[in-house]
Amino acid sequence: MSEAASARRLVRRGSAVTLLALLALAGVYLLALGFTPIEARQGPAQKIFYLHVPAAWSALLAFSLVGLSGGLYLWLNDRRLDRFAASSAEVGVAFGVVMLTTGPIWAKPIWGTWWTWDARLTLTLFLFFLFVGYLALRAALHDPSERARFSAVVGVLGLLLVPFIHLSVYLFRTLHPQPVVLKPSAPSLPPEMLRTLLISTLAFVLLYIGLVTIRYGVALAEEEREGRLDAA
Amino acid sequence: MPEALRLALAIAAKDVRAELRSRTALLSAVVFAALVLVVFNFARDPTAIAAVDLAPSVLWVTFALAAMVALNRAFTVERENGALDALLLAPVPRGAVFLGKLLANLAFVGTVEAVTLPLFVLFFNVDLGHALPGILGVTALATIGFVAVGTIFSAMAVRTRFAELLLPVLLLPFMVPPLIGAVQVTSRLLADRPLSEMLGWLRLLALYDVVFVTLCTMVFASVVDE
Amino acid sequence: MPSSDGAESPALLEARGLRRSFGGLRVLRGVDLTVRAGEAVVVAGPNGAGKTTLLRLLAGLMRPEAGEVRVLGRPLRGDGEEARRPIGFVSHQSLLYDDLTLAQNLAFTARLYGLPRPADVARAALESAGLAARADDAPRRLSRGLIQRAAIARALLHQPRVLLLDEPFTALDATAAERLREALAGRLAAGLGMVVVTHRLGEVWGLATRVAVLSEGRWACDEPRRGPLETFLPRYLGLVGA
Repeated sequence: MSEAASARRLVRRGSAVTLLALLALAGVYLLALGFTPIEARQGPAQKIFYLHVPAAWSALLAFSLVGLSGGLYLWLNDRRLDRFAASSAEVGVAFGVVMLTTGPIWAKPIWGTWWTWDARLTLTLFLFFLFVGYLALRAALHDPSERARFSAVVGVLGLLLVPFIHLSVYLFRTLHPQPVVLKPSAPSLPPEMLRTLLISTLAFVLLYIGLVTIRYGVALAEEEREGRLDAA
Repeated sequence: MPEALRLALAIAAKDVRAELRSRTALLSAVVFAALVLVVFNFARDPTAIAAVDLAPSVLWVTFALAAMVALNRAFTVERENGALDALLLAPVPRGAVFLGKLLANLAFVGTVEAVTLPLFVLFFNVDLGHALPGILGVTALATIGFVAVGTIFSAMAVRTRFAELLLPVLLLPFMVPPLIGAVQVTSRLLADRPLSEMLGWLRLLALYDVVFVTLCTMVFASVVDE
Repeated sequence: MPSSDGAESPALLEARGLRRSFGGLRVLRGVDLTVRAGEAVVVAGPNGAGKTTLLRLLAGLMRPEAGEVRVLGRPLRGDGEEARRPIGFVSHQSLLYDDLTLAQNLAFTARLYGLPRPADVARAALESAGLAARADDAPRRLSRGLIQRAAIARALLHQPRVLLLDEPFTALDATAAERLREALAGRLAAGLGMVVVTHRLGEVWGLATRVAVLSEGRWACDEPRRGPLETFLPRYLGLVGA
């Protein structure tokens, strides 16, 4: 029964952190809209940058942690690692959706096209697909130990795939010059913009922690319920 | 190591023998590949795009789809009558079981590719000429990598009810680097470009093979040991 | 390793504290088992008691969550190839390929175990199983009884020291069942150890040296076989709470 209690505690704490993170995000947008200068060339459309980039970064963080905890699971066989990997993958896919919807919204007015096969776009798109597949595999397996082993293997292989996709997309792009488009305004960000971006990133990491904690608690509660059904 | 290799070859030979007796899977995969080529030919507007511009992509998409069909069957034969249990009971290292299945799948996919290539030349009117050895080489280099990953995924997918759907969903992202590389090298070969222009891609393909064959051999035990 | 000077012969198979669950379902909750040369342990128990799971753990086809299995003193792990060699396993499935003939199937098994002249070994085994005439047929063309005989021949091919059998008499006719009992008795006398999982105790009662009853993932009893089956049955029903 202590497992049920700790599951409830995790969900409670996770919810608190999530709420905090959402408040922080609201704050970020006040900051971004009211107190950060409008980018000279892109105009107000650039504001979506403070949502898009942190979402992308946190999605990549989430996916890397899925791969790492998968590797650790194959080594240590600890169920907590699998629960964490599953939670991280779900939150990562959710952030991925934010990233893939805000991206084109920004790209249409700025680049003049919803989508382009830029190296970074392509990489993140395939990673997103990979982890959607990861979640599909989890859903299709019923034995928890089998599910944990299989998804750990996919996680590890996925982690190693990242450099290969990156390299091949990069080689592809450099040898085939793209139509002239504006580059994302990564270099030389004015300090106010950088500040807003960093605060937003912190808010997203907080959101990641909160959501993963909730999801982990829910997984724990589900396992505990299965165990109790068996004991009955 | 020679012992593990002998066992891997015995497992691969078993698969080849079984396939030669039934022949159904191989024939369907070949027919499937031929049909994909035909469909591609009609999906192209001949007045707008020359066949040769599209040829490398068509060839590799066909290979990829045919490999997917072939890989789906790799572990279904082991599922029948619980035959995989017999492999796992025997004093055979798990890595050797993986290598055996990988070799069998390579033989299978290689056969489909060997039949598809002449059809491709015929349908798309491509002059392979002296590019042929190069194309065979890059085909081997690209195929080994994604078949290795496909072998391990097919061992997982057969444990689910949606194997035919799950395998492509899992495998396609892993096919991206070998496919991009193979298409790039193939188009350069057909255009008679110098080797230096392909070297980067060839290195990438070779590295992919080494990394994923090694890794898959290592983690295969985690897939089959319940 | 023949037994020496009347002391207990060494353990062929030793399992300690085996636990295994599927999801929340705890199938085995701490099971010990020791099988010595010449011993035949009959494992009985109601459906879902964990008999097949126990057999798969003993065969190394499944990993325990806790506990350990040793075969001839060697721990049974994923990388313990040599520990697996002495095991013979008759599953409730045939473990045969439908696309290969019986002879090809058994020759493949012989190759996996590194036996010399695999094709000859396979033919000889099929002959002694009374399947010589069907050696070039695929399993799918055989009746269930014949498939079962081929499955047993496959499991015995490499002369295992420990034999694990899951309902081995399924689908066998009276003559085949009698021949199997004789073959098993001969191997027991020669120092084989055996674990038989079955619902029909009558088929193996004569062979058994020990009877163990699995109930809710634990041993309800594990004792030497004494007297006829009729005296044990009332006790069995009491143990499984039927």
